[in-house]
Amino acid sequence: MKILVTVKEVATVEDEFEIQGTEIADQYLGADLNEWDDYAIEEAVQLQEEGIADEVVTVTIGPEDCEQTIRQALAKGADRAVRVWDDALEGVDLLDVNAKTEILSAVVEEEDPDLVLTGVQAGDDSFAATGVSVAENLGFQWGAVVNHLEHGFDDDVAAVRRELEGGVEELTDIELPAVLTIQTGINEPRYASLRGIRQAQQKPMNVQSLGDIGVDESAVDSELELTDMYEPESESDVTVWEGSAEETASELGDLLRDKGVAP
Amino acid sequence: MTDVLAITDHRRGDLRDVSYEIVTAGRQLADETGGDLHLAVISGTVDDFAEKVNREGVDAIHTVDYGEEFNHDVYTQAITQLYDDLAPQYVLAPNSVNGLDYAPAVANQLDLPIVTDTIDLETDGETLIATREMYGGKVETTNELEGPAVATIRSTEWPKAEGTGDASIEAFDADIDEGAIGSTVNGFEEVAGGDVDISEADVLVSVGRGIEEEDNLPIIEELADALDATVSSSRPIVDNGWLPKNRQVGQSGKVVTPDVYIAIGISGAVQHVAGMKGSDTIVAINTDPNAPIMDIADFAIVDDLFDVVPALTEEFQ
Ligand SMILES: Cc1cc2nc3c(=O)[nH]c(=O)nc-3n(C[C@H](O)[C@H](O)[C@H](O)COP(=O)(O)OP(=O)(O)OC[C@H]3O[C@@H](n4cnc5c(N)ncnc54)[C@H](O)[C@@H]3O)c2cc1C
Repeated sequence: MKILVTVKEVATVEDEFEIQGTEIADQYLGADLNEWDDYAIEEAVQLQEEGIADEVVTVTIGPEDCEQTIRQALAKGADRAVRVWDDALEGVDLLDVNAKTEILSAVVEEEDPDLVLTGVQAGDDSFAATGVSVAENLGFQWGAVVNHLEHGFDDDVAAVRRELEGGVEELTDIELPAVLTIQTGINEPRYASLRGIRQAQQKPMNVQSLGDIGVDESAVDSELELTDMYEPESESDVTVWEGSAEETASELGDLLRDKGVAP
Repeated sequence: MTDVLAITDHRRGDLRDVSYEIVTAGRQLADETGGDLHLAVISGTVDDFAEKVNREGVDAIHTVDYGEEFNHDVYTQAITQLYDDLAPQYVLAPNSVNGLDYAPAVANQLDLPIVTDTIDLETDGETLIATREMYGGKVETTNELEGPAVATIRSTEWPKAEGTGDASIEAFDADIDEGAIGSTVNGFEEVAGGDVDISEADVLVSVGRGIEEEDNLPIIEELADALDATVSSSRPIVDNGWLPKNRQVGQSGKVVTPDVYIAIGISGAVQHVAGMKGSDTIVAINTDPNAPIMDIADFAIVDDLFDVVPALTEEFQ
């Protein structure tokens, strides 16, 4: 079985930040492997270690800068990586679901995996829609918010649990080929070993332009235009206690005593 | 005129609250240009569900009597056929786990743009202006989409529709292709049972990723002991296996309504807030003055939990 895992480098924001236009100013941004993708990578690598998957390939839409993040996935055990980038993507500030779908679908078609694992959502734009959209686009089956995957795959079926709201899980059988969006908690993502990190440097990374994968540049014209970004208005009038830890703790202590919930 | 087709949500025989909220959201959007609000009720006891969501402002309810429980292939087929039939400008779906399991597929099949987890929607008939958050709730954004679109709505952002409506209720004869159904739901399981029921607690000392390591958890437990309170947590703590699932507060965990909720090193992601915003008094201890939890907290200490928590414990020992 061949598994393709989508890996995104997400933007992280420092505690204090400034907004410039429709972006957070660069100096307040960091970069990290998308939390949900980390669990997707782990699930794929475990399937490989159990001899169920023959190959684990990652796919990323992103500039050269994000190779460091892709190497993390390779260091954890993925075999090789595909990275798609193009000048046409350079100026796009928010790549919408349809644009991602076009690009990722092209790569899935070329790689022809049995199983595609994506994170439930990306920690930065939080669309939580790309995996299902790709599946539908390709005629694959799918399951969103999967927090357990049976590794048996009897009769080419993925037996999964989908995590619904309120502590209820749905037990579902999904025919392969399928796209599963992976929820945190499905496994325990490993740290890359030193050996893994060394090996990752040697693993193949295939950089493709839109032309290479046969996607027209117009596909990345986002249908969704980001027009404003601002800090949300506070719903409550929060009272912030100031002072040393002892002082603030004592304020909180008084509150708890006033409420009659503490001795 | 922009007509809206809104999809209801149900599970195990009950309509979920967002089904009434989506009526309000849909009505608002349709009102802006004097359009009609259509509801779709798919699978389950559709006639009973249709009666229940027939609230003020609904123009028509279309029932698709097929199967007991949610199946995304049935939903996708039924909704795309309804869309072809009704030609609404907007399709609204809940941003629930099930909504996210069909709405992107519907959008892709209909070749429409999709915007998820919206908290406000506006239209002039041509352009949809959707408000949503990014970066775990640190910023809010507005987004414009031209022409027809699919949007999912965050639960509890719109009030539940009230009043009795006089919508027409009609069975929609969806042509469900069974051959295209590639997944089968075999049942449900409740998780998160066990010894402690955090939803019964009067005071919750709730710990998040700010605690950094499992080895640091005892300072939280000591505080809870000193206060005679119960320990709960955000999701990462449970994902890491540091606390059992029955301690998780949030959308996929438990909904809690204690007198006092002390959120320690918790950012206040929407899925967490969904489980605790009904708390009487919310106190946040967080180093980040801009953490989203501050937007719903009544009291806050912007400081290192490793300093504040032991100091507080000492007060009560
Ligand atoms: C479908 C779905 C369902 C989900 N269900 C749930 C759910 O039920 N419950 C849930 O909680 N989450 C849920 N999540 C996850 C949610 O999106 C967040 O990832 C999660 O709530 C973050 O937990 P956190 O606040 O503990 O961690 P983080 O977001 O990492 O926040 C840590 C906070 O600690 C603060 N901090 C760090 N160090 C210190 C220090 N020394 N002193 C004080 N403060 C410090 C930081 O400033 C930060 O605000 C769900 C996600 C999805 C996609």
